[in-house]
Amino acid sequence: MNSPERTMPPVVDWATDFDHTDPVWVDNPFPIWDNLRKVCPVAHSDRFNGVYLPTRHEDIAAIAYDTEHFTSKAVVVSNNEVLAQAPIGGAPPITSDPPFHQHARKLLLPAFGPKVIEALRPSVVALCDSLLDKMEGRDVVDAAIDYAQHIPPAVIARMLGVPEEDGDLFREFIHNALVNVAASAEDRQAAFEKIDKYLDHHIQLHVETPQDDLISYLLNQEVFGQKLSHEHVRGTMALLMIAGIDTTWSGIGASIFHLAGNDADRNRLAREPELLPTAIEEFLRAYAPVTMARIVKEDVTISGTEMKAGQWCLLPFPAANRDPEQFVDADQVIIDRAENRHSAFGLGIHRCLGSNLARLEMQVAVERWMKRFPDFILEDPTAVEWAQGQVRGPRVLPVRILERTTS
Amino acid sequence: MRIVIDAEKCQGHNRCYAIAPELIDVDDLGMAFVLIDDEVPEALEGKARLVVANCPEFAISLEESGNE
Repeated sequence: MNSPERTMPPVVDWATDFDHTDPVWVDNPFPIWDNLRKVCPVAHSDRFNGVYLPTRHEDIAAIAYDTEHFTSKAVVVSNNEVLAQAPIGGAPPITSDPPFHQHARKLLLPAFGPKVIEALRPSVVALCDSLLDKMEGRDVVDAAIDYAQHIPPAVIARMLGVPEEDGDLFREFIHNALVNVAASAEDRQAAFEKIDKYLDHHIQLHVETPQDDLISYLLNQEVFGQKLSHEHVRGTMALLMIAGIDTTWSGIGASIFHLAGNDADRNRLAREPELLPTAIEEFLRAYAPVTMARIVKEDVTISGTEMKAGQWCLLPFPAANRDPEQFVDADQVIIDRAENRHSAFGLGIHRCLGSNLARLEMQVAVERWMKRFPDFILEDPTAVEWAQGQVRGPRVLPVRILERTTS
Repeated sequence: MRIVIDAEKCQGHNRCYAIAPELIDVDDLGMAFVLIDDEVPEALEGKARLVVANCPEFAISLEESGNE
């Protein structure tokens, strides 16, 4: 999954020709951002028909808050012409602008509040334990392929009300939507049509037989006194599926990657499990999976760079989280970092709707893993592969189990 | 010491509620509100400072009492 056909030439100058799909960025983007922050805080590249890249927390925050000069109608940088229209966009509310945005978002917020999500904890524990059970008798397992990638699809499938067994299908959708951004317009269109067809089928099943799940909930919601359109429900389902899966899978994988490669942190967390929620926030800061994007709506100048309407702007929250102006020892992973204003879930009106669910899944997944495997190391650090695109996390993560407890 | 939440800035990250449910609660939309409008008990002052220092939106501040 990590190495789709590359047609783009390798990047030579990151300040004038960066490419977030370049293998060097995919493998280790941190030195690129650290350097750009010093020499060119808002970089520009002609790739993808023109894209800007801010790397300082201050600028990334300013753009996230600026809905006047930036639109969210498309949030995944690609070579495709953007057909979606503001203010609704193709997957509301993430692709929506004010004032429509708040109406679409308010419908969903109650389903993702911290108390509602906390109630899912026992089912996530059972899910993680069942995946760990399947690793019995193996000394080397893949923490991404055998574990992390299975957790969010099952959780979100249950919430939405689509079959849990469709996990492979969801991952294929995500690959086409988020990873394969250099594919032709025709191929991307075909991939989206396949997603739409699948979702249409499940919407129809819920129209015929309502269930106690998110699809039926959405079908009953109203905006401005009217039931949500079929397209709105479908777009929101696609959003929840795409945004809720490889992001959290990345967060779980990156946490296990860090612990496998850092003996002191792993041993401390095994001894002090109460530190886990704080450690998870630090993993979210240091290995934030999600880079968002905007399109410049009106010409604007940010930190001295003139940004031209119609061009893309990447919003690398992972780079904001590594800005030494905002964080002490920004490049160090400190698992008991008590003061941590990280923006892994974004800033402003588009703050990740599913942040409580992502946190719950990360906490439970790492806690159950550590409980079953108190000691483990990277089997082969050179074999680890990271996802390409705007969501970064390990997709191949072989781990050797050194100590295990019985279930 | 009193905790003040700027409702305009709060985006429902829920970091404050996770850190100090004794001091802060959230509504159905996940927006934070202060549970203790009066002085924060001395034993919870450390947590109140953590709540401020972990809000990604800089939406929470402390008002120190004037009579000290």
